[in-house]
Amino acid sequence: MAEWMTLAEAIAAHVHDGDTVAMEGFTHLIPFAAGHEVIRQGRRNLSLIRMTPDLIYDQLIGAGCASRLTFSWGGNPGVGSLHRFRDAVEHDWPNPLAIEERSHSDLANAYVAGAANLPFTVLRGYTGTDYPRVNPQIRSITCPFTGEVLAATPAVRPDVAVIHAQKADWKGNVLLWGILGVQKEAVLSAKRAIVTVEERVPSLDAPPNACILPHWVVSAVCEVPRGATPSYTHGYYERDNAFYRAWDRISRDRERFRAWLERHVLETVDFNDYLALQHDPRVQAVYQ
Amino acid sequence: MNEPYTSDEMMTVAAARMLRNGAVCFVGIGLPSTAANLARLSHAPDAVLVYESGPIGAKPPVLPLSIGDGNLAETADTVVSTQEIFRYWLQGGRIDVGFLGAAQLDRFANINTTVVGPYHKPTVRLPGAGGAPEISSSAREVLIVVKQSKRTFVEKVDFVTSAGFLTGGNAREQAGLSGNGPAAVITDLCIMRPDPATRELTVTSIHRGVTREKIVASTGWHVYFAERCEETPGPTLAELAALRDLKARTAAVHGTQGDAE
Repeated sequence: MAEWMTLAEAIAAHVHDGDTVAMEGFTHLIPFAAGHEVIRQGRRNLSLIRMTPDLIYDQLIGAGCASRLTFSWGGNPGVGSLHRFRDAVEHDWPNPLAIEERSHSDLANAYVAGAANLPFTVLRGYTGTDYPRVNPQIRSITCPFTGEVLAATPAVRPDVAVIHAQKADWKGNVLLWGILGVQKEAVLSAKRAIVTVEERVPSLDAPPNACILPHWVVSAVCEVPRGATPSYTHGYYERDNAFYRAWDRISRDRERFRAWLERHVLETVDFNDYLALQHDPRVQAVYQ
Repeated sequence: MNEPYTSDEMMTVAAARMLRNGAVCFVGIGLPSTAANLARLSHAPDAVLVYESGPIGAKPPVLPLSIGDGNLAETADTVVSTQEIFRYWLQGGRIDVGFLGAAQLDRFANINTTVVGPYHKPTVRLPGAGGAPEISSSAREVLIVVKQSKRTFVEKVDFVTSAGFLTGGNAREQAGLSGNGPAAVITDLCIMRPDPATRELTVTSIHRGVTREKIVASTGWHVYFAERCEETPGPTLAELAALRDLKARTAAVHGTQGDAE
C-alpha cells in the first residue's frame, strides 16, 4: 500500500545495508534523486542491479555503496566510459566490486521472470559468445517438446526497486509514459518499491492501456520534481547532455570525483539543494 | 564530383548505402545510428528504424545522443517496453538488418565490446553486451560500421561479445544461430565481405584514394583482397549535403554531432 513520504524517509524505511536494489529507467526517468539519497544515508554493501549502470550507479559505486553489480551495458551513453565503474572493476577502488554481466535481452526478461514468479528465463541468446564461460549463471535447458537447447538464466528478485515516473494521484497510483524500459517489471519483481514522481495530482486521467502501477504494488511514493535530472522526464524536461559530458571529466579522476561527491551530494540536504547548486555559476565553472 | 570529403564521411555514406529502402533495421547508437538515419533521409525514406529502448519506426529530426532520447519516442510509430523489443521484435524474427559498431573485430567478424585483456583482470573494461549479442544472432543480416586500425581489427578478439562466423566455414550454422550473420563491414578505408566458403572478411571495395598498403597496415591479420575488388564511389553532392545537414542540425541541438561512440 503506497504511503506518501519524503524521499529521505522512503530510503531510510526501505533500503537497508546489504539489500539487492534495482534502480531502473532506460536513459529516460533514471531515479537520480533516490540514488543521491542512498549515498547521503551512507548505505553499504548493496547488490545493485540495472541494465545500464549509467551515471547513477557510477556515483553509487564511486561512493562505496556497492559490493556487487548485475548489469548489461556499462557505458556513459553517447560519451564513453563510466570511470568509477571501470576503476572499481580494474583497480578495486574504492572497494572490490563483484560483477555479474548479462545481455539486455537476458536482463530485461529476468525481470519479467521475477515479476511472473518464475525461477528463470529462457532465451535464444548467448550462442557462440564467451558470456557463458565467464558467468556461471548462464546455463542451458532442453525444450521438453522439441529437444532444442536454449539459454536459461535466473530470475531477478530485488529486495527493493526504485523508479521515477511522471505522476501519482493522492492514493499513490503511478502513471508513466514515453520510453518505459523495464520499470514496471522491476517494480513487480521486487519485494518493495519506491517511486519518485514529478508531481502529485488529484487524478491521473489516463487512457485504458496506459502504464499504471496501482498504489497497492508500491511501498512509498515521493514527490521529487526534476528527480530524474540529469536524465529526462518526457513531457517535463530534457536530458542534460552537457552534464553527461561533464561527468566524463568529473569522474575520470578520484580526487575530483570525491570533491564533487562531497559538495554536491554529501553536503547537500536534499535533491532540491543539489539542483540549486547546479545554477550556481561558481559550481558550473567546475564542469568546464 | 570534386567536393572534398573526409574518410569518416566516406564511411558513413558507404554504410548508409547498404540499407535498402523499406528494410526494418535495429540500430545501435553512434556510427550505426548516423548511417541509418542518413539512409532514411536520402535513398531509404521507408526504412524502419528500431532502437533497443523501445521506439519502432523512429524518425528523429536530429541524431539521438543516447539510445533512449525523447525524440526517438516522439517520432516513433509505437514505443514498446524493453523486454518486448527483444522478445517479440528481435527474437521474433521481425528484423531485416542489425546495424552495429565494434571495439574489436576479428577476421571472422566476431565482435568484442566487453574487455581488453583477461575477463577477470581486464586492461580495459568496455561497456559490455547491451543488445548486440541478440542482434548478431537474430537479425536476418548484420552490418558493422567501424573505423579501421590494427588496434580494432585484431587476429583474435579477447572476448566474443557478439558472434560473427565464429571459427569460420559453417561454424555459425552449426552453432544454431538463426540469422545469417555479418553481410559487410564498412570502414573508413574499405568495405569487407565474408568469403562465401571460409567466411573470412575479405576486402571487396576500396574507398577512392586509399591504398592496399594502408589497408594491410591497418589490419591485424593477413588480409585478403577479392579478385574483383572495386573502388567505392565517392559520396555524391546530395549524400554529403544530407549528412552535413544532419550533423549541423544535431550540433545545434546537442552541441555535439551525435556519434561520439
